Amino acid sequence: MAYDSRDIASFKNVWVFCEQRQGKMMPTSYELLSEGRKLANELNVDLCGILLGDDIEELAKDLGKYGADKVYVYDSPFLKNYTTEGYTKIICEAVQEFKPEIMIFGASNIGRDLAPRCAARLHTGLCADCTHLDIDMPNYKDFLREASTLTEERISGLGVIRLFGEDHDINMDMKMTRPAFGGNLMASIVCPRFRPSMATVRPGVMKKVVLETPHACEIIHPDFVLTEGDFDTEVLEVVKAARKMVDLIGADYIVSVGRGISKDIEGGIKLAEELADVLGGVVGSSRAVVDAGWLPADHQVGQTGKTVHPKVYVALGISGAIQHQAGMKDSGTIIAVNKNETAPIFEIADYGIVGDLFKVTPLLIDSIKKIKEEK
Amino acid sequence: MKIIVTVKQVPDTSGRIAVNPDGTLNRASMQTIINPDDLNAIEAALDLKDELGCKVVAITMGPPPAEGMLRELMAMGVDESILVSGREFSGSDTYATSQILAAAIDTYGIDEDDIIMSGRQAIDGDTAQVGPQMAEKLGLPQVSYAGEIKKEGNTLTIKRMLEDGYMTLRVKTPCLVTCIKELNTPRFMNVWDILHTYEKPLKVMDYEALKDHPLMDKSTIGLQGSPTNILTSFTPPLKGAGRILEGSGKETTDELAGILSDKHII
Repeated sequence: MAYDSRDIASFKNVWVFCEQRQGKMMPTSYELLSEGRKLANELNVDLCGILLGDDIEELAKDLGKYGADKVYVYDSPFLKNYTTEGYTKIICEAVQEFKPEIMIFGASNIGRDLAPRCAARLHTGLCADCTHLDIDMPNYKDFLREASTLTEERISGLGVIRLFGEDHDINMDMKMTRPAFGGNLMASIVCPRFRPSMATVRPGVMKKVVLETPHACEIIHPDFVLTEGDFDTEVLEVVKAARKMVDLIGADYIVSVGRGISKDIEGGIKLAEELADVLGGVVGSSRAVVDAGWLPADHQVGQTGKTVHPKVYVALGISGAIQHQAGMKDSGTIIAVNKNETAPIFEIADYGIVGDLFKVTPLLIDSIKKIKEEK
Repeated sequence: MKIIVTVKQVPDTSGRIAVNPDGTLNRASMQTIINPDDLNAIEAALDLKDELGCKVVAITMGPPPAEGMLRELMAMGVDESILVSGREFSGSDTYATSQILAAAIDTYGIDEDDIIMSGRQAIDGDTAQVGPQMAEKLGLPQVSYAGEIKKEGNTLTIKRMLEDGYMTLRVKTPCLVTCIKELNTPRFMNVWDILHTYEKPLKVMDYEALKDHPLMDKSTIGLQGSPTNILTSFTPPLKGAGRILEGSGKETTDELAGILSDKHII
């Protein structure tokens, strides 16, 4: 039967794009499988991985640990490196053949290149950079009760969406929640008229769960054809960054610096490093610091940088513009040090100290050292 | 040879955000700016223009006041602009938007040695989807996250930035490239172009102008043509107000360290 993205009933199962680079699985793939397992359970369907690459059979065998029932493996020298056209062709053909109802990708640079291209070709909807996914309506409503300021009346009334004179029951649709406008607004998106319902999911947001008893995971090798003619781009080289990138997403403690360090840039960064060392964390920064070239771009927290969820986030000399808050306001505990008592960062900080970071930070380092030694 | 750059006018998120009681954005009370990443795409295009002498065309979809943004871009050195505007287009999600922009770009015309450039993503939605979706609709190769672009004849060599390094790619024109802020520093407007910006051509394309294009169909544009729909939009609850600690001396930092320790945070 011809493929038709509007024929909702013909689609089944939850798929996760398992991204690997140079034969190593990206950690987000495991997070997505764990989240996908939850969705598949709610729908009572299979969780399937789709894995593309060259000589990747071993990686596929591991995925049962994260709840996959099946893995579709596309193994070819043509797929060794990521190319938009090669990966899009395989994924679109696979979707047309096996018809998953849900397909999720990590919102990595590659996922965010690939997913929109696939959604456009498959004529379906894609929601970018999700931070929360639900199928089950009662669960979704509980989530709203906790995470929104919507009234109970609005929340309990959800269930049907009226579009162009037709009611669509979205009780079993994927509800895809994402931040917009730098996190000041959240929106839940649905894709009621087309399948698969597609989403990219922000790295580091979903919890990886390793199952005690791995699923018996069936590995499937579907037929496919790729030739040189399928490619418009040529990969000349793949280079790993020589400098080790700072791991903001995995860090439990982050000490970030902002424009407040301008009177002594090196000194300010050194203080942040010392405090980060004492806490066992890493150094982040605001956009201004990266734009000024004081720290490399991988340190940037915020809307155009990384979104982080550490246990403790210390903001030194950061005013806390909306675009910065977007990347850090879900941190466990936020501590702000700023000379300006009206700085917006104090509105979201759990603990604030109004003062000069160059004076306060050395004292704070001492106080934390002392407390840690006493323990 | 020409370079077509897609741009968007967006609310400024570097300041404070105004939200209406119903959870929608109060756009009227906010400043609009040219989307920052789009300025990097404009700069990349103007850079190639300086080097190769090509034409640079800016295109945007938006309400009529977006003309102001296009005039600003022409005051930076952009040669021509296209404003895609019409109420039939409103409510479009990224799929429908890319469909309309692709139809407009295709109607304007793409030649063998042309490049389409976009910013990586717009700061209002942060989706980064319209670039790749337009490329698909136009049937062109795409390279996103470009951190370096070199052109020789009909070949572009591009560094595609990844989280853990980069990939160097070679691609033939015509193609679509999305640009990141590390690519360059956008230039300012200049006197000559400021003086001439109102003489430069600005074409308006409305639904009538595009309706016969094969990509244009009531079922693929606007709200009706958008596969995704907003179920709810909401503001997160305000965090319980934090505490500003008294003072800024040793007693204060000791107090803070004590609290963190008592709560087993450190």
